Amino acid sequence: MISGAQLIQLFQSAVFFGTVIMFGAIGEILTEKSGNLNLGVPGIMYLGGIAGLAASFFYEFNNPDPSPIICLILSFAAAFLASALGGLLYSFLTITLRANQNVTGLTLTIFGSGIANFFGGSLNTMAGGVGQISVATTSGVYRANIYNNVPGLGTAGSLLLSYGFMVYLAIVVAVLMAWFLNRTRTGLNLRAVGENPATADAAGINVTRYKYAATCIGAGISGMGGLYYTMDYIKGTWANDGTIEALGWLAVALVIFATWKSLNAIWGSYLFGLLSWMYFYVPGLTRSSQELFKMLPYLVTILVLIAISLRKKRENQPPASLGLPYFREER
Amino acid sequence: MNNKKEPLLRIAKRDLLPWYNAYGIRLAAVLVSLVVSGLFIFAVTKLNPVAVYEAIFDGAFGSPRRSWVTVRDTMMLLCIGIGLAPAFKMKFWNIGAEGQVLVGGIVTAGLMRALGSSLPTPVLLALMAVVSLLAGALWGIIPATFKAVWNTNETLFTLMMNYVAIQLTSYCVALWENPFGSNTVGIINQKTKAGWFPRVFGLDYGLNILLVLVLAVGMFIYLKYSKQGYEISVVGDSERTARYAGINVKKVTIRTMAISGAICGMAGFIAVAGSSHTISTSTAGGRGFTAIIVAWLAQFNTFVMILISLLLVFLQKGAIQIASQFNLNDYASQIITGIILFFILGSEFFINYRVILRGRKEAAK
Repeated sequence: MISGAQLIQLFQSAVFFGTVIMFGAIGEILTEKSGNLNLGVPGIMYLGGIAGLAASFFYEFNNPDPSPIICLILSFAAAFLASALGGLLYSFLTITLRANQNVTGLTLTIFGSGIANFFGGSLNTMAGGVGQISVATTSGVYRANIYNNVPGLGTAGSLLLSYGFMVYLAIVVAVLMAWFLNRTRTGLNLRAVGENPATADAAGINVTRYKYAATCIGAGISGMGGLYYTMDYIKGTWANDGTIEALGWLAVALVIFATWKSLNAIWGSYLFGLLSWMYFYVPGLTRSSQELFKMLPYLVTILVLIAISLRKKRENQPPASLGLPYFREER
Repeated sequence: MNNKKEPLLRIAKRDLLPWYNAYGIRLAAVLVSLVVSGLFIFAVTKLNPVAVYEAIFDGAFGSPRRSWVTVRDTMMLLCIGIGLAPAFKMKFWNIGAEGQVLVGGIVTAGLMRALGSSLPTPVLLALMAVVSLLAGALWGIIPATFKAVWNTNETLFTLMMNYVAIQLTSYCVALWENPFGSNTVGIINQKTKAGWFPRVFGLDYGLNILLVLVLAVGMFIYLKYSKQGYEISVVGDSERTARYAGINVKKVTIRTMAISGAICGMAGFIAVAGSSHTISTSTAGGRGFTAIIVAWLAQFNTFVMILISLLLVFLQKGAIQIASQFNLNDYASQIITGIILFFILGSEFFINYRVILRGRKEAAK
């Protein structure tokens, strides 16, 4: 049987894991609401992760006594900017130059993973020593939590308060996103662009501007997933092992699982985390059957995808023009 | 609307460009992208880009052995691209080639292990080919059926099927692990070579090349000259037109995806029986995704796919070479591949549209 301590551990692993893909999924929800299916999420998360890491590395490397605040601002800004630039590249190619969305997204994934692993490997070499980069101060800021600093919080404390600030930030962003999409004029306009760009255009909405903005900001948010992964999940280091790519695709899956609603992405991401780590705690699994267990998040996503297409409930459908290009003169 | 200023740049649809102009633009895009990649390499490494490109060529074609590996991998990428062509022509976004290749590879490896000592190699090869075709077809038919009957989003469905197949592969690798603890399957039937491709025309990879080239020609004819190929292009252009013309869209969708999946499964068979003789998640190794780009850029023309596959594999092999020669890491190849693909994707715009500057009179043609 699973002990209480193990249960706490499982819950915590699920939250760590879930936060990475929650950022990825929320950004992608914003992007997809504008009708752009950006399959470059893994690449964008890579860009965010490496940019944040590189910025704090060069700062810590050149300063004997790095200030935690500057570490935080530098890495955060670098990660957001780099990921948003990835989104800009995608937008320019698909919106202005009218390239195919799927192919552009996949290329962005190849490109982003190339950039990240290339520079990640180089940083590891530059760091010298054991050939492993480490940004202790920055990572410390990201990992600081209430539970470790205030004694006597008990089990509830370890379940709820033992995470770095980005875990809570992800939830806040998800709630804000839901509010923005459902309760603001701009959000309504954005959804109109994703549902029927021709109608939105006729109503005087600048379709191009909305698509650009949603894709770039969405990419910036997705990139935060990469930043959280490098800074907190693997504690300010880098490894060329392709984990971010797998997590990025899981974020794309989560968007479907959440039926394009960011509030669902909150519990969905923790559920995915739970499903992904459960094999570790189920007794009697052989090494091979563990692999079958890791299939669960994808199988569940497929089932959700089938269910929403069977039930045809209007509020659960993907944005109607998702993945379709919009060119005014080709209506 | 007269009070509005004319925008600085306008675009207008071009008439169909003659093919040599279109390819001229694409070639220019590749050249520009190589210059940009060269600048990138120089900026990062301060190495002479020309020396780097020389090293790339050396890595791909520097010795007969390397040339053959380059050709073998080109054929592999091409085979998956050929498989994707009919699906894409039908505007069915089959992002699931990676998984279809892997299931083809899994059944091939499984049969090779199980029957290697009891069946003669030609029979075993035929059996593995058939079963891998079926496995790939199954992986394609599942999302196609849901798309045809309930209009389930195929891009997302096929994408998820990849990961089911990847985990299935990891499962089999753990199950068939040899030697114990290595976390690999090892070379299957290394002593007996049962179920391995025989040498054809005295070439190690002769059968790989033969099979894929036959597929390339066959698919070209199928898409261009057969009734089914015509149906695919009608469905791809407009489902409503297809229905009006009496084409059974559901049937065409499922049939086309069965073919598409089957050829990708076949690629898995060729990868396992014809080159690596083992199975792991790197049997597909992202090629299922790269092939999507190959098939799209070639606009479903299987002969153009040969060139694009060769270009991409050439870059990969070359980058591995520069990585070891100049002490970089070989992810540089992904960056260069990305840059080149971005430029080719962008260049399509200039093939289809003209950009007109403000104040410039629009030319008659």
